[in-house]
Amino acid sequence: MIIFYTLAVLLILSSLMVVFQRNVVHCAMALVAALFLIAILFVTLQAPMVGVLQILVYAGAIMVLFLFVIMLLNPTSLEPRRGLSWGFGTVVALLLAVALAALVSHDEAPADPFAATELFGAPESLAKSLFTDFVLPFEIASVLLLIAIVGAVVLAKREH
Amino acid sequence: MIVDFGIIALKAFLVLFMVLNLAGVLGWIERKGSALMQDRIGANRASILGFAGMGLINTLVADPVKFLTKEDFIPPRGDKFLHTLAPCMALFPALVTFAVIPFGDALQIGERVINLQVANLNIGILYVFAMGSLGVYGIVIGAWASNNKFSLLGGVRGSAQMISYEVAMGLSVIGILMVYGTLELQEIARGQGTLIREFLPESWRFLKAAIGWLPSWGIFLQPLAFLLFFTAAVAETKRVPFDLPEGESEIVAGYHVEYSGGKFLMFFAGEFAEIVTAAALMTTLFFGGWQVPYLLRDGFHFPWGATWLLPHLAVTLLQVGAFAVKVVFFCWLQILLRWSVPRFRYDQVMRLGWKMLLPLALLNVIVTALVIVAVQQL
Amino acid sequence: MVPLNHYLILSAAIFAIGVVGVVIRRNLIVVLMSIELMLNAVNLTFIAFSRFLGSMEGQVIVFFVMAVAAAEAVVGLAIIISVFRHRQSLDPQEMQLLKW
Repeated sequence: MIIFYTLAVLLILSSLMVVFQRNVVHCAMALVAALFLIAILFVTLQAPMVGVLQILVYAGAIMVLFLFVIMLLNPTSLEPRRGLSWGFGTVVALLLAVALAALVSHDEAPADPFAATELFGAPESLAKSLFTDFVLPFEIASVLLLIAIVGAVVLAKREH
Repeated sequence: MIVDFGIIALKAFLVLFMVLNLAGVLGWIERKGSALMQDRIGANRASILGFAGMGLINTLVADPVKFLTKEDFIPPRGDKFLHTLAPCMALFPALVTFAVIPFGDALQIGERVINLQVANLNIGILYVFAMGSLGVYGIVIGAWASNNKFSLLGGVRGSAQMISYEVAMGLSVIGILMVYGTLELQEIARGQGTLIREFLPESWRFLKAAIGWLPSWGIFLQPLAFLLFFTAAVAETKRVPFDLPEGESEIVAGYHVEYSGGKFLMFFAGEFAEIVTAAALMTTLFFGGWQVPYLLRDGFHFPWGATWLLPHLAVTLLQVGAFAVKVVFFCWLQILLRWSVPRFRYDQVMRLGWKMLLPLALLNVIVTALVIVAVQQL
Repeated sequence: MVPLNHYLILSAAIFAIGVVGVVIRRNLIVVLMSIELMLNAVNLTFIAFSRFLGSMEGQVIVFFVMAVAAAEAVVGLAIIISVFRHRQSLDPQEMQLLKW
């Protein structure tokens, strides 16, 4: 219980830091912290495999890529003085937040959560699902990643 | 409930205590051992009342005092918060990885069975890789926050090297996972207790006679994977021959250059803790972890039929001792490697990681799969 | 036991913060990071529902969302690098016109 509320507060704080920090590298580190906290939340929600994959893939690889690009482009000298344009956009986003929160606050969810078995969220069950029920999306996902690699290399090449 | 928590806390404390002490002793072995190998005397100036202890006082007493009392320097235009955060991010994954490394079999005290492993996660080795991938941040952030071109160059090289060899390391372990059928490190260590001849079918008599008496350690079942993993692990820890990111003679200590005092000590200790981590992983995956050959739960059962029964506590002590000896051996091996081979160039490092280790690891996976199917079908 | 609604409200909050980031930041990289934040909020919703309904499919979907997010981040960053080389700027406001 306490774990969830602590994590929730920290998560909201780091998300706010991602959006509102001036320095891009600070934003990136705040996002790493947010991803790490979300991974811990996954583990408390009986999904250890997805949690550790989140750290391995998201926090460990994608964010490193972000940091590489930030260091390559060196945007600290490029952020305009008035970096934030408040106004209409923020109002719409806040309305969206209120609407979402109102939508999900119904009391329909079962008070007693489904009692998870020993193997729920374990690598075995995730792997079984992936290789029996979802094998086609799995293969398509690997092709998608290949396409992404080739596309990124082509897009980022220097034109000679 | 409290006793359970206390036992876990005690295990965590013991493991951290041993790792940090071993990291310190490794520093001494490195300085004195390298001196021996290079036919010089090494560090022996600092002494207490005339007792210099072969450089122990110098490395274990004088050096930490020197590091901790130096001025804490942050580069003027560097990022203050990130400069302080980077060494913590380098040290944290190296220490936290030990939570899943088993240093003994289940110890039975009275009616309580204590698993000699701090945390028995069902994702086991993936946790180790996840923490390893977090180790890149220490380099990247340290390099960026120093506001120094050499440091940035070292950091970018270091992080590129680390993420390249993470892939090779992960793929080389897949063979081990296929052979032992589990992600949990304690189960992998336990699975290395049986002899190879239990797995071979009856009709392969020649092979059974030749190697069947060996315990089914990872090194015998997956020799190529061990070589790949050893190379990738040494590259991950950025030790020589892969230490171009912090090359002392080339880019002025790379991403370390703007760090002094306590923060440099944290980077330094993090590097030695990573050596211990790599050694512990190698023993657990490939050399049986805490297994002593032919030592089962109740005593020795030699393949020629003789047995030697031992009490449970003696068996456990032997196993923990075996683990410690193996880990120290691999740490020593990495230190020996450091002072024996020259440094790789950066393009050689990248070529090795992507063009040699990766295809070999994939080949290893395919061949392992074929052999497993062949053994099961016959 | 934490009720499901609390997880959903947390996800909604993070999603809304991500939307704010996309709308008001004038740095393409931070916009991309806010998109990642939105994706993670959705992942959290999926995992929460998977736990409370006892079905593994939520976790499988999250696995695929992670793969797709990785691919999208890679291609997005490559596009950003390519745009930066031409425009020397990372400000989305300066890229409003389709021609020079």
